[in-house]
Amino acid sequence: MARAEIAARTLRTDRWWLPPLTTFVGLLLISIYAAFRTFQGDFYWVDQYHYLTPMYSPCLTEECVPAAAHFGQWFPALPGFLTPPVIIIPFLLGFRITCYYYRKAYYRAAWASPPACAVAEPHSKYTGETKFPLIAQNLHRYFFYAASVLLLINIYDAILAFGTGVGLGNIILLVNVGLLAAYTLSCHSCRHIAGGRLKHFSKHPVRYWMWTQISKLNNRHMLLAWTSLIFVCLTDLYVALVASGTISDLRFIN
Amino acid sequence: MSYQGKFRVWRGDDSGGALEDFTVEVNEGEVVLDIIHRLQATQAPDLAVRWNCKAGKCGSCSAEINGRPRLLCMTRMSVFEESETITVTPMRTFPIIRDLVTDVSFNYTKAREVPSFAPPKDLAPGEYRMQQVDVERSQEFRKCIECFLCQNTCHVVRDHEENKEAFSGPRFLMRVAELEMHPLDTADRVDQAQDDHGLGYCNITKCCSEVCPEHIHITDNALIPMKERVADRKYDPIVWLGNKLFKR
Repeated sequence: MARAEIAARTLRTDRWWLPPLTTFVGLLLISIYAAFRTFQGDFYWVDQYHYLTPMYSPCLTEECVPAAAHFGQWFPALPGFLTPPVIIIPFLLGFRITCYYYRKAYYRAAWASPPACAVAEPHSKYTGETKFPLIAQNLHRYFFYAASVLLLINIYDAILAFGTGVGLGNIILLVNVGLLAAYTLSCHSCRHIAGGRLKHFSKHPVRYWMWTQISKLNNRHMLLAWTSLIFVCLTDLYVALVASGTISDLRFIN
Repeated sequence: MSYQGKFRVWRGDDSGGALEDFTVEVNEGEVVLDIIHRLQATQAPDLAVRWNCKAGKCGSCSAEINGRPRLLCMTRMSVFEESETITVTPMRTFPIIRDLVTDVSFNYTKAREVPSFAPPKDLAPGEYRMQQVDVERSQEFRKCIECFLCQNTCHVVRDHEENKEAFSGPRFLMRVAELEMHPLDTADRVDQAQDDHGLGYCNITKCCSEVCPEHIHITDNALIPMKERVADRKYDPIVWLGNKLFKR
């Protein structure tokens, strides 16, 4: 028996193309901004107030301004156009790329697989995440571990910046790590590791409690993914503007 | 308040078919299934439609309304503009029998491929005891009414007929998850999910969750946790080492 003979790719009458288009444009703009700032190699540290942009944290190469290298300059100066963030960006990018929310977002928006529900995808063959390279999406938890370490470093940076007083930059850095922490904790791998992998919650009440709390955050994973991503860029922009002298930091104390 | 609504309904069988235009009376408070019944009663007595409870609980009247997989009985006419032409078509993923009725036996085949609940051998029926917190994850999945809208909308089989053999679809991967998370089930479901039911085909684009009339979080609570369990088993050397060292 054959399927019903319906030639149209979809009979949806709503603007189904709008969410994937918005996602695509949003991710593209953020990628362009992040690439520009990564390879700019400047304006990442405000010496006067100890603001370090999260995009350059930790700064680990010899190019780093010594005061910004909170954990030392572990690596020699990088050749050519390479800048300090290229050491940490693969981990941050890996965490976002293998994230279960972002997978949905870019599979739909960038690969049209599918572009929207009940809208035919343009590909003649589909193997999903069964083969290389997409089978590597299973490495998400490793990127989660790495991102958690980087998050702790970002928190350390944000706290360190309070040593010079309190300004708008401090508040921005604090909100930024708060959003990053919420996004990282709401991760599906985190939910699984905290308690989801258990068969008997009743035998592990603490892990069950953690799982229920993370599940609440996990319900907002998409929201946290976008707000944390956009806020990282805004934080970086603020630090860049203050570091370049374009604007001055609004100080509350000292 | 009544008005004359414009409808386009797919009519045909496996030898061919087309969308046919109808104008049908619509009354306040009605759902799409009411209109299909009025169409049968007044203009197209041979129109085939599968339905039963008309309360969103039997899962029989699954179809596509304006291209979106929905239950005919749970789609209110009030969500449409009076001037709108409403298109009603059968589910695309399954072979057509006639008009709005499809052959959903693919799902029954896949259901039979999931090994049944396997309680501990020394536990007799009537002796099952379990904590509510342990069983409630599985209970969410028991809300499923088997309307197969998730199976219909999943692009893995909707757009790729050739994947039907390897991929069981969200409904039956959720069934595997239900058993895997059940506190008294002793069978090993993790390898089965990946190797026998094609969990790796799922790219978690969440259409199954979007169309579920029972609002089950299929992707977040069943498919992703199963993917994580597969990652534990197959792709996580740290868990493997931990299991070896601490004999968990």
